[in-house]
Amino acid sequence: MKSGKRGTNVFASVTMILLSVAFLAPIFIVFMNSFKGKLFISDTPFALPNVKTFVGMQNYMVGISKTGFLQSFQWSLLITVSSVLTILLFTAMTAWYITRVKSRTSTGLYFLFVFSMIVPFQMVMFTMAKIANLLHLDNPAGIIIIYLGFGSGLSVFTFSGFIKTIPVEIEEAAMIDGCEPIRAFFTVILPMLQPVTITVAILNTMWIWNDYLLPYLVIGTKYKTIPIAIQYLKGGYGSIDMGAMMAMLVLAVIPIILFYLSCQKYIIQGILAGAVKG
Amino acid sequence: MQKALKKFFPVFVLPTLIAFLISFIIPFLMGLYLSFTEFTTVNDAKWVGFGNYIKAFTANQEFVNALWFTVKFTIVSVITVNIFAFFLALTLTCGIKGTNLFRTVFFMPNLIGGIVLGYIWQLIINGILYRWEVTLTFDPKYGFWGLVALMNWQLIGYMMIIYIAGLQSIPEELKEAAKVDGASGSRLLWNVTLPSVMPSVTICFFLTMANGFKLFDQNLALTNGAPSKRTAMLALDIYNTFYGKNDWEGVGQAKAVIFFIIVGFIAFVQLKATRRREVEA
Repeated sequence: MKSGKRGTNVFASVTMILLSVAFLAPIFIVFMNSFKGKLFISDTPFALPNVKTFVGMQNYMVGISKTGFLQSFQWSLLITVSSVLTILLFTAMTAWYITRVKSRTSTGLYFLFVFSMIVPFQMVMFTMAKIANLLHLDNPAGIIIIYLGFGSGLSVFTFSGFIKTIPVEIEEAAMIDGCEPIRAFFTVILPMLQPVTITVAILNTMWIWNDYLLPYLVIGTKYKTIPIAIQYLKGGYGSIDMGAMMAMLVLAVIPIILFYLSCQKYIIQGILAGAVKG
Repeated sequence: MQKALKKFFPVFVLPTLIAFLISFIIPFLMGLYLSFTEFTTVNDAKWVGFGNYIKAFTANQEFVNALWFTVKFTIVSVITVNIFAFFLALTLTCGIKGTNLFRTVFFMPNLIGGIVLGYIWQLIINGILYRWEVTLTFDPKYGFWGLVALMNWQLIGYMMIIYIAGLQSIPEELKEAAKVDGASGSRLLWNVTLPSVMPSVTICFFLTMANGFKLFDQNLALTNGAPSKRTAMLALDIYNTFYGKNDWEGVGQAKAVIFFIIVGFIAFVQLKATRRREVEA
């Protein structure tokens, strides 16, 4: 019985190792090809670079200058960080208000926020881009407001779910001690929201960092985020510089892997919490 | 406390509400209205009733094709993703060495954005097809299976995490009791494990379905609908209708409304399904 169990475990381990290799293979193949001359990539995509095909960092140089990758990295970082911080602050405040103040307005707003979560982006993309343009929100600062609005559904919903589990007495005690609501929010409520804040932050970061269509429609190619820069590299009819493309894919994946490895625990928890509630 | 807080509506709610009005409520209502009109710039809208909706289905086959492609893709993805994810979760909850490392690896592709995923898989699939001297855009079936492979790579790890959480919440006593009663192997799986993780199964099915239906970036990067729009899914077809040809904005918006109704219906069914489970549990 015992040896049988060990046998299945060895079999399971080997299967998992093989599957892990298969899972990592696509990234490794892209990485390998990023050092090959662009003409060799479609011919021999699964071959390691050799003396004839190896071009060093050339693809990276070409790709970075063609796409303005470093600039794109900065725009992606700036837009993601400022949008996520804005979303966290304002939606936490809103969620606290509509959870604690029982009124028709609160109920109505809550319903609208939840409703917005099921509406696909294509439903509003055209009119949203027009309005953003009309209100001069078509720049990296303005898009923060768009992200706050479009991200508020999931964020308010997630915050509210957590706030409902906090006993209201703690807040009431603070308020009786003469704390007015704004101070109470920052000194008493916000610290208690820490676990759910991480969840909301992770969900919004992954969404905004990888988002392509919204920034493309709202800002266009004037301030290219990383996904826009990569799509931009494709250019007209099938004329992709495969070498530069491979290098840019590697550069796009590296920050994500670093982010993942450094806060893996929070990412998995956050995504799990978001999935199970959403 | 309610009273004290109530006065602070402008501070706590107004900023979010204004942003929400600008980027969701107003665009949504405008979109709904514009789907019944002919327009190019929002200001020149002319009422045409259900004309756009009829045109979406009858002017050409693109929307109907995209709808079927999306439905087929979603069905295949839901089945494959969930079978693989459940299998991985089962294996990774039986205590083999390196479980955490495997979990890390399988989940990782989920964090990569759709555009990047699309180009990664374009390289891989074109590389495989090169042997037969064809490319991804040669036949719609290559695009279809390419998207399925991509989708599996992206979502298996995610669903696996949800299944692992479900499997870990099964009380150990339940399994022990079943074993004492003589259940083992497949009977244990069918009669004890699977019923206990049904809530996770429901969540994963709907998550995969929603992800499949709304797929856009991956589709744009991998095939962009080629050959001749036959691998365009709903979201991409709507995008192409809006921005691809002049004077079709109204039809694009009508397609978007239909798309919204389908996605909304799936979400509604999900809500019903999860509510009922909660009552049962």
